[in-house]
Amino acid sequence: MAHADEAAIFNKDEAKVDWHDKALWFVRQKRDKSAHNVQGWEELRNLASALKANVLSNLDTYLLQFEENAKKNGVTVHWAANAEEHNKIVHSILVKHGVKRMVKSKSMLTEECHLNPYLEANNIEVIDTDLGERIVQLAKEPPSHIVLPAIHKKKEEVDVLFQEHLGTKPCDGDPQYLTGEARKHLRDKFLKAEAAITGVNFAIADTGGFVVCTNEGNADMGVHLAKVHIACMGMEKLIPQEKHLGVFLRLLGRSATGQPITTYSSHFNKPAPGKEMHIVIVDNGRTEQLSREDFRASLHCIRCGACMNTCPIYRRSGGHSYKSTIPGPIGSILSPGLDLKKHSSLPFASTLCGSCSDVCPVKINIHEQLYKWRQIIVKEVPQPGVKKNILKIAGRVLANSAMYHVAGKSARFMLKYAPRFVIYSKLNAWGKARDLPEVKNGNFDDWYKNRKKNE
Amino acid sequence: MLKFVTDLKNFKSDFLIYIKMKVGLFIPCYINQLYPQVGIATLELLEKLGVEVIYPTGQTCCGQPLGNSGYEDDSKGICQLFVENFKEFDYIVGPSGSCVYHVKKHFDILEQTEDVKRVRKNTYELCQFIHDVLGKTDLGASFPHKVGLHKSCHGLRGLRLGSCSERMDPHYSTEEDLLKNVKGLQLQTLNRVDECCGFGGTFSVFEEAISTKMGKDRIQDHIDSDVEVITGADHSCLMHMEGLINRNKQPLKVMHIAEILNSSI
Repeated sequence: MAHADEAAIFNKDEAKVDWHDKALWFVRQKRDKSAHNVQGWEELRNLASALKANVLSNLDTYLLQFEENAKKNGVTVHWAANAEEHNKIVHSILVKHGVKRMVKSKSMLTEECHLNPYLEANNIEVIDTDLGERIVQLAKEPPSHIVLPAIHKKKEEVDVLFQEHLGTKPCDGDPQYLTGEARKHLRDKFLKAEAAITGVNFAIADTGGFVVCTNEGNADMGVHLAKVHIACMGMEKLIPQEKHLGVFLRLLGRSATGQPITTYSSHFNKPAPGKEMHIVIVDNGRTEQLSREDFRASLHCIRCGACMNTCPIYRRSGGHSYKSTIPGPIGSILSPGLDLKKHSSLPFASTLCGSCSDVCPVKINIHEQLYKWRQIIVKEVPQPGVKKNILKIAGRVLANSAMYHVAGKSARFMLKYAPRFVIYSKLNAWGKARDLPEVKNGNFDDWYKNRKKNE
Repeated sequence: MLKFVTDLKNFKSDFLIYIKMKVGLFIPCYINQLYPQVGIATLELLEKLGVEVIYPTGQTCCGQPLGNSGYEDDSKGICQLFVENFKEFDYIVGPSGSCVYHVKKHFDILEQTEDVKRVRKNTYELCQFIHDVLGKTDLGASFPHKVGLHKSCHGLRGLRLGSCSERMDPHYSTEEDLLKNVKGLQLQTLNRVDECCGFGGTFSVFEEAISTKMGKDRIQDHIDSDVEVITGADHSCLMHMEGLINRNKQPLKVMHIAEILNSSI
């Protein structure tokens, strides 16, 4: 189903739309306040964008440098060309260690690769330990936001979900009680896990180390208790040197939630004695996106989610309406690169207002890329006949001033004299909730000619 | 010092008029057909400011409806016609931020001849032209009403007519500077200063549900802020909001900023 249809369904419950909009707008406002407190915020964005551009232009060198340094640190480095290879690599590590139970902190990459269903089909228990992720996992839903995975759920819904799955008592959605119960439940899972998977926020080419940012400390808890740590990263997550974290960590937390910094910015360099550490570097379409000049900058993304919080369409349609792992504006420029036909409605789910590009901490020109994808999609994906024909005809009419004058006159005549039931028929999507403009007696051309005549 | 600056400003504008700049009036297609009063106000306002304005009658559209829908290639004839109509002018001025933005930003699909480059460079949104080129902010208008300014996205984030709430730049606003000098006008503060209204061209039809919800929310913000008249530099946003206001019989009006700046009630 196209985004517009999903959005129309979401909009049937207007109170929920208002609630969703306000919840995310609140996060956007927190971000604004916190960014205002940083002197030179715009300069910081310029720096971050330039650093990422440098990384992408020299990705081959940085990747090999990172691998070499990570190996020196005693880490095993794996390369995965696609999601399938990634899943197989992770599975093979788990099989080698006889792992049956494992925990995972938030990783959009493993969502992208659909790792959970793959491992579950191979009889391995995977528990998402980020609270929001755990909620959507119990609800058997994908995350609806990359930073706030369960933002579409009200606390009362979580109450019912926990009663069903964790045996909690009804509590009217008391957040303190619910998080307390989640903590107990997860504590048990942490203690029994034989392996821990984390994502990677920043991989440092210069040292071979990497940084994982969480607010709940769940990545650390998992890694420190389990024998095996597997870190899965998209190949664009590199930064040249450790000092560059000074740019990115300042931007990430503020852009995401308005926090000065995430509660935990955990640096991992080498396995603890007697333990193993693996890094899986994943391509899965990134090289191809890198080759598309107009869309290359989409790989700057540090997954802060600010473009979702600011997007007036995302706020009013919910993350699930995008039907892609990464929803919202950034998802709408990344996903068509993975499957153009499946995601062809996403670049049109925007008014091109540009708020996403201005809020983006790494200055991705998101709305310009949406425009560019549109030009490609109408050529490569079959379009509804009506839309295509109307616009193609408009192209010819508007390129010819005589034809334009006739068309303008006829349209105004129609609007003025056609019966209301014809104008407001089902075919007129504009007129469903809006009146059409009232037509005046003449157009500007007529007025101007008249004035000239009377001069 | 202040007097010197004022003198200099007067000199600047007088000087410009003295050298007789040729200004072409760009009236976007939907304004021509549906809102002639906006075109009239624009022309009268510019003439009041001493500018000699010519309206090339062969003009049609800037091609934006096609470009934004993905049919940029089919709009080349439209863009070329625009250049033909306006290539002789020193300045091209139009009362619509998004159309002006389209000319400046998306005419890159044409071969970049000297004419095309000049037209792209010299096309201005009306407020921007008055504020930045003529250097005037007090236009002698009066409009004793409570007004809400809808900062249309393409004017704001495309042409940078003002500072945007996402960016940490010092505050400025071309339209506010002009409205603040209108006698009797009370500029109301909105809760969300630059949220999109949901028009978005063909988006308004193909994403009807979200588009109308966004429009409703935008109007409600103005109602909550005690606004009588919503204004802005882009009449397409106002057309969308007017459609909702009329359907829902809400107690406020929309007027293009040119109509307010040209009024002397």
